[in-house]
Amino acid sequence: MNTTAPRFADEFLREYFLDGAYDEMFLPSGDIREQYKLLLDTFRSLPQEELLRRKHSADLSFLTQGITFTVYGKKEGTERIFPYDMLPRIITGAEWDTIERGLIQRITALNLFLGDVYNEGKILQSGAVPREIVYSCPHFRREMRGLQVPRNVYIAVTGTDLIRLNDGRFVVLEDNLRVPSGVSYMLSSRRVMKRTFPKIFREYGVRPIEHYPQALLASLRSLAPEGRPEPTIVLLTPGVYNSAYFEHTYLARQMGIELVEGRDLVTHNNVVYMRTTAGLRRVDVIYRRVDDDFIDPLAFRGDSILGVAGLFNAYRAGNVTLANAFGTGLADDKALYAYVPAIIRYYMGEEPILDNVETFLMTDKKQRQYALANLDKLVVKAVGESGGYGMLIGPHASRADREDFARRIEANPRNYIAQPTLEFSRAPCLINADNTGTSIEPRHVDLRPYILYGDKVTVVPGGLTRVALRKGSLVVNSSQGGGSKDTWVLDD
Amino acid sequence: MLSRVADSLYWMSRYLERAEHTVRMLDVNFAMTLDPSSTSEDVRWRRLLLALGSSDEDWNGDSHALVQKLTHDDAHDASIKSCIAAARENARQVREEISSEQWLQLNRMYHLVTENPQSARATPPDEFLAVVLDGLHLFQGVTDTTMSHGEGWHFIQVGRSIERASSIASLLTVYEMGVSGLGQSEPVGSHHFLEWIGLLRSCTAFEAYCNVYTADLTESQILEFLLLNKDFPHSVRYSIDRLRDALLALQQESGRLSPQELLRVAGRLQSALSFVEISDVLQGGVGEYLAMVLHESRRIHSLIYRDYIHYSVQTALAM
Repeated sequence: MNTTAPRFADEFLREYFLDGAYDEMFLPSGDIREQYKLLLDTFRSLPQEELLRRKHSADLSFLTQGITFTVYGKKEGTERIFPYDMLPRIITGAEWDTIERGLIQRITALNLFLGDVYNEGKILQSGAVPREIVYSCPHFRREMRGLQVPRNVYIAVTGTDLIRLNDGRFVVLEDNLRVPSGVSYMLSSRRVMKRTFPKIFREYGVRPIEHYPQALLASLRSLAPEGRPEPTIVLLTPGVYNSAYFEHTYLARQMGIELVEGRDLVTHNNVVYMRTTAGLRRVDVIYRRVDDDFIDPLAFRGDSILGVAGLFNAYRAGNVTLANAFGTGLADDKALYAYVPAIIRYYMGEEPILDNVETFLMTDKKQRQYALANLDKLVVKAVGESGGYGMLIGPHASRADREDFARRIEANPRNYIAQPTLEFSRAPCLINADNTGTSIEPRHVDLRPYILYGDKVTVVPGGLTRVALRKGSLVVNSSQGGGSKDTWVLDD
Repeated sequence: MLSRVADSLYWMSRYLERAEHTVRMLDVNFAMTLDPSSTSEDVRWRRLLLALGSSDEDWNGDSHALVQKLTHDDAHDASIKSCIAAARENARQVREEISSEQWLQLNRMYHLVTENPQSARATPPDEFLAVVLDGLHLFQGVTDTTMSHGEGWHFIQVGRSIERASSIASLLTVYEMGVSGLGQSEPVGSHHFLEWIGLLRSCTAFEAYCNVYTADLTESQILEFLLLNKDFPHSVRYSIDRLRDALLALQQESGRLSPQELLRVAGRLQSALSFVEISDVLQGGVGEYLAMVLHESRRIHSLIYRDYIHYSVQTALAM
């Protein structure tokens, strides 16, 4: 592919290149985008030693705060520091406006969809969404049928993954409606960034995100069961070996609520209590970071030791609220994803503001045949997996891997979808900051904003920008060599 | 406070106290080997192992290997490294209950003892021990100045006091068995002199002892000081006093109705230590007295668990 260098290429930008992919900092002509000017000038004016010093102090701050995540599949419970890039990603106010409206529309529609499917099922009768996609989804919970959830809110917390295509449009890659994580990295990156570059931060006029924990707490409180005006809210974690444990402790502390594990809770007569040194105390709202399958060994997986026996019955009895509700995974199933535009049209009577990525359903014979013939150009994803696990990236996969996936697709078409290999946008990153040869290079990024749904829908301006730090890589997951950077939404 | 959280804070504190005790024991033993003495190195290392609750069969004549084992060995549960790692693991599970400053300090110590085993081995043991001891003291200070002195803090005090009282009592027991005639009132002979200074130093008590009794070392006075002194932080009585204070504070904080048996047992042990004369202890047998202290401490531990941590749902609902 043709690549061009940006204008005024100097020593700092010696590795920078532009090609078809959308560049967050440079226009295709090689001129800098207005909103990045001040940032680039500042970084270029800093002496190397000063830059290294700030990078070092930022790294140290992450290490000593113990901001780490756990990588599965390696040695049990391996803790790593979340890699962090110092150049913020900048989103203009106008760009953000579209994102925000699009997310509110999408989440509102998905929430209505869940309420409908678990009750009357009008959308299924209309044929806008085929029944078999819903009923064959492993995350569809028959147990939720006919259950009235507080305020009809199923998805209290969402972290939607967006990417920016070559034409500059933001599109939705995944809706994470079960237990989305990463918000603590958003908050702590911001804190470190403000401390490391206070002057430029002030000059930019970045919209604040620090109110996220209070907003989350307010949402959770608004979902308390009726007749509990002073609800006790807790955060339920799978425990210290979970990859997001740091985040659970962080949020619990920021909200001032108890962090509980399954073994801290007991149910009696359909009421949930926690064991305290002063005896049992009633629990009203559970912000749970444990998957559906593990949450109640009596109702779901019997071998789970992370859950609370009897919790589901207490929930059905209306004595406790769970956020998110059970069964929300139905709406972020990767096959159902293809129908989200139809869902938005059905409930909102509007065209989607944020588009989907083109998706081939393997249950459709024609689409399957096309996909199998073009596996080397496509990305194949297992519908129930997340976090970059269970994926085939066609162009980078070996022949054997592709054949393996082809067999798996034939054996269980409902379990897979395929999407074109997308070149998503690149943002400038500071590379090799530990050695002497620091330079600014482009790396692929996505964006995960966080949406809260309580008495109203709130989108916190910003989100987690994840970076594929390996050159040329498109995988941004922290478990697979990804990092993060602060996201600045401007107040223009 | 969640019962699980109380459990973690209690054990975090006990592990750190245990690490501190081990550090001091090793440090003192090192210092003692510098002076020629009639007590063989063999006896000293065996005594140290017994006092730390290990078996003296772990001693194979290689002091370097033993020190490695007691400092850096992860496979050995009582090594300094294992204790600090276990304390950190407990703290990690209650990360939201302790202050950021406490966590930072504990994390720093953890990285100090776990990372880079090569350079850790290259550091002379006495320097390593000094750094760890400083770190542990710093953690105590940070805990006292940055954490709310509420329920969690009281559980930390309970853990520390029980651990300290038990380790001093165990150390005295080993000395009592090893050196016949603990409790004699004439000044100790020069060949045992170093051993007794070692005992006092193992409890940071040498200077404090001299302030009370002058530098005349007699075995009965040493025993009296380490067992019954009311002001010295590393005496058994002082630790049990603090333990009872913390238990009373906990009863008020948690508004719990019925830790009656717990408070009775702790109160009885406290008054035993407050009102006993050293001559009575000597007459009744030092070993028996120390065994009683250890037994009652273990009982207090079980009662704390019964009342605050592992109570049954039926009892709790009945209240």
